[in-house]
Amino acid sequence: MATITQTPPSQQKVEDLIEKYGYDDHFHEHHGEDKYQSNFLTKYVFSQDHKMIARQFLITGMFWAIIGSAMSLIFRLQLGFPEESLAWLKPLLGKWIEIDSTTGVGTLAPEFYYALVTMHGTIIVFFVLTAGLSGTFSNLLIPLQLGARDMASPLLNMMSYWFFFLAGIVMFFSLFLSTGPFAGGWTAYPPLSALPQASDGSGAGMTLWLLSLVFFVVSVLLGGINYITTVLNLRTKGMSMWRMPLTIWAFFVTAILGLLSFPVLFSGFLLLTFDRELGTSFYLSDIFINGQALDAAGGSPILYQHLFWFLGHPEVYIIILPAMGIVSEVLSVNARKPIFGYKAMVFSILAIGFLSFIVWAHHMFMSGVNPFISNFFVVFTLIIAVPSAVKVFNWITTIYRGNLRLNPASLFAIGFVSMFISGGLTGIFLGNSAIDIQMHDTYFVVAHFHIVMGVAAFFGMFAGVYHWFPKMYSRFMNDTLGKIHFWGTMIGAYAIFWPMHYIGLAGVPRRYYSYSSFESFRHFGEINQFITIAAIVTFAFQLVFVINFFYSIWKGRKQTTTNPYGATTLEWTAPIESTHGNWPGKLPAVQRWAYDYGREDADGNDFISQLEPLKEGEVDGGGH
Amino acid sequence: MTTVVVLLCIILIAVVALQVGKVTELAGKIRGEEEVQLSSNRANSRLSLIFMVVFLVGTIWSAYHYKNWMLWYGPHEAASAHGGNLDFMFDLTLVFTGIVFILTQILLFWFVYKYAGRKGSKSYFQAHDTKLEIIWTAIPAVVMTFLVVGGLDAWNSVMADVDPDEEVINIEATGMQFAWILRYAGEDNKLGARDYKLIDGINPLGQDWTDDKNLDDFQPSDLVLPVGKKVRVRITSRDVLHNFDLPHFRVKMDAVPGIPTYFVFTPTKTTEEYRQSLSEYPEYQQPSDPNDPEGPKLWETFDYELACAELCGKGHFSMRKIVKVVSEAEYEAWVNQQQSYYLSTIRGTEGDPYRDTKVLPMEAGKVESETTDAFKSALEAEDAAKKVFQLSYVFFNTGSAELDSGSSKYQLDKLAAILADNPTVKIELGGHTDNTGDAENNQTLSKARAESVYNYLASKGVDASRMSAVGYGQNSPIDTNDTEEGRANNRRTEFKIVEQ
Repeated sequence: MATITQTPPSQQKVEDLIEKYGYDDHFHEHHGEDKYQSNFLTKYVFSQDHKMIARQFLITGMFWAIIGSAMSLIFRLQLGFPEESLAWLKPLLGKWIEIDSTTGVGTLAPEFYYALVTMHGTIIVFFVLTAGLSGTFSNLLIPLQLGARDMASPLLNMMSYWFFFLAGIVMFFSLFLSTGPFAGGWTAYPPLSALPQASDGSGAGMTLWLLSLVFFVVSVLLGGINYITTVLNLRTKGMSMWRMPLTIWAFFVTAILGLLSFPVLFSGFLLLTFDRELGTSFYLSDIFINGQALDAAGGSPILYQHLFWFLGHPEVYIIILPAMGIVSEVLSVNARKPIFGYKAMVFSILAIGFLSFIVWAHHMFMSGVNPFISNFFVVFTLIIAVPSAVKVFNWITTIYRGNLRLNPASLFAIGFVSMFISGGLTGIFLGNSAIDIQMHDTYFVVAHFHIVMGVAAFFGMFAGVYHWFPKMYSRFMNDTLGKIHFWGTMIGAYAIFWPMHYIGLAGVPRRYYSYSSFESFRHFGEINQFITIAAIVTFAFQLVFVINFFYSIWKGRKQTTTNPYGATTLEWTAPIESTHGNWPGKLPAVQRWAYDYGREDADGNDFISQLEPLKEGEVDGGGH
Repeated sequence: MTTVVVLLCIILIAVVALQVGKVTELAGKIRGEEEVQLSSNRANSRLSLIFMVVFLVGTIWSAYHYKNWMLWYGPHEAASAHGGNLDFMFDLTLVFTGIVFILTQILLFWFVYKYAGRKGSKSYFQAHDTKLEIIWTAIPAVVMTFLVVGGLDAWNSVMADVDPDEEVINIEATGMQFAWILRYAGEDNKLGARDYKLIDGINPLGQDWTDDKNLDDFQPSDLVLPVGKKVRVRITSRDVLHNFDLPHFRVKMDAVPGIPTYFVFTPTKTTEEYRQSLSEYPEYQQPSDPNDPEGPKLWETFDYELACAELCGKGHFSMRKIVKVVSEAEYEAWVNQQQSYYLSTIRGTEGDPYRDTKVLPMEAGKVESETTDAFKSALEAEDAAKKVFQLSYVFFNTGSAELDSGSSKYQLDKLAAILADNPTVKIELGGHTDNTGDAENNQTLSKARAESVYNYLASKGVDASRMSAVGYGQNSPIDTNDTEEGRANNRRTEFKIVEQ
């Protein structure tokens, strides 16, 4: 609203402020001719510009999101309509649809069902919600919001994308293997993942899965070390840590988590590769399979689980923290209010980041670790509820007495808060080992993590895409389609995942191809049908987003003012048309924190840009 | 056909979306950005209020609708002693989180409705409020403390292993692709040692038969448990990870190859009692098989089940076993019917280390009861020809008259005892051989063998005057001498009642 009721500071005023207080790094004297973006290949493909790399991450992420969620539709069809023929999928899935020669009924092969489940998890967790979310927005916003020309190392940044791309190629290739892609669950627990005898997908499929994820780890590390370095070293004049927007804090902590945890995953994978290829037995012991007793002795499958979840749990926060940062920013801008309790928000991000490293074994309460050890993990896990609660209360209070603009970005941010509450609260059940005895590996868990880190993270991502789309394409996405997308997704996502809680309470295990043989599990046909239909409808709403996205790149409403939302942060002081180096002349200098919304500036705007000097006697950070 | 429909749907969505996009962009230009934003605020703030109401009513309605799946309520009651603790923790958490859920969702959507921008409205500048923040940090911290303390108390009591001298039934469940193998500890209540390298076609668990503890272990097809008795399940895996999941008993634990785990629990309701409690609910009055409306009802066909809850491959969803909880008496009867896996399948095969031992101590009962029965029917028989029976458990070293007293003692000791109880009975012990070798030698050997038995019985206190030993040589075959089996049958010692 503020964009409309008040005049945004003219570009002229912004330029004056930059000229007056800004910092001259002589950038354009050195980079007068932009040798990095001189031709099509270096501009659009092997680009070293953070904004282009951000777009590459985003579109690649969207590609994988469509594949990953389409996979879920196929296995949901099996769960919702086990009796119906899937013969019509034969042209797409080939031999994985088994046609009964007498009735003509096509059924999904169980091994491919498990391959789909595995790929769905792997793709969404790593390719979409890690690379697609953090990769996109860390790249786009860290330099722009910090007032930097680019990332600390544009070359590493480019390599980060291309390793991700390579990871994607390898994973994509594995879908077409005659033995199928890996089918042992996205956590890839050995011995199932270590022994080709144990599952078709554990042969070549697993080899490619490992290779792909090794590339992916490299991508995350190259990206992460770049984000951290940029945040620490390339903040513009006046941009102290305490003046950084919460997005940057979130990306910063996310990158640290990634840098500390992905190498542990890597080492876990390395040992797994040794077990697979070199005959070691880090994870294998006492195994008799396919009529043969293996030589492996003394290994522990639980060791892999420790290594995996030492990444796996921080990974959850690697996914959710960027979404939290985006939501904080989008809510504050659109509520025209400072984010409530900025420092509390920062400390809770730090607290969550720290705690995420000492809770991993809560995924393993029922895995055979010493029950005594679980005591510690229960305590630390439930402590996470405290900073999480603080964040929720702060978001809600940010809206309180605001002047809220309801657009797709803010709606998705609000939806995020709702999802985070719903999914976060069920975490309190699961984090308590006593309750986890019954809930572990049931649909209750599926409901929990899909809502809290699946849907919520997607909502954060959508909020970010709608909000910063102009910074990527100098155009806006269509608002009406965005709102249709939001309400369809909001209702659809709850319709999919809420009923799963009840199935989980009944003790129904996840990762079941069919429930028909179990008296206790087979009476949920109706709920499963409902969930499947809801999933199909919700998927259709995502197509609306995809269409809106690509249509708007070329045909969307043009951005006419540099600061359309009346935002305080630096990305909205850069020219509409993005250029190499982000600012044409000097770098902007920062004079105040990022959240002076709801305060009048000299021109009667309801915000004060970070460029504006503090008035005499004014305390920075929203003090009075 | 379906493929075409799916494609058409996608194209339709695309066309509609593009048209909506174009029209709204145009309308926006005509109405002006401000008006568009204000009307968007109006519409979406109302939608958010409607959503809040529908969502909260929906969640509460659905929770009510599916109340039967709430733990510790209705039919979904725990069937184990510890289950109630866990269910209580669940419900306690549900109360706390339910309150927070409803309050925060109401605040969130209500604020969206209340503070959506209206013409001329302004926001209130407020950056933080230390007091508020301390309050809403402290409250969750206190609540969490309660949940942690309660949860850990329950956890540590559930997961505690049994004391060494505690009375407990020892069972083992072993996961494999894709089935469970159950093993009961048998009479000694001790599970015998295993080595995965010993696994073969007839020894699915790799039991080491030189460990006596293995000899009485049995492998039933169903998990049968007595009500009210503590059970310790040792959980292992043969190949990949599995998970021993008994949802009705609130039991779940991974089966890890190389690292045995355990779970201790006490069933509290028999299958029959559980069925009866289900019969009170209308949902369970439906026919169990929808195609057979007259057939048994759901509650009648109910069974506790064992499932696998850790992805183990393509057959993960099919690792079902039936669990039966029965009264203690029924359990004892069931156990007595079970035969040890060793005796039923391994005894006498190549893998049996006691192949040379004709009778093991554990087979004494069988030998004794067969001997008693044989004696009884001989005693009662009218026909003189039927007053005789074979001593099938009396063995001699090959080619000699030396009694294999270790294996033979079970039958002979029993006979000595029987003769002591029947002092008027007089008997003849007859030795027989097959036709291999020299007839004269056979005659001598059969006589010597009969005397060995005679001497053994005499040493056990049977009066020599009641017994005679006769050698019949190869003259009275009861089977053909042309096969090894027939010859084995012909080599025998007979027990004949001559006076009673």
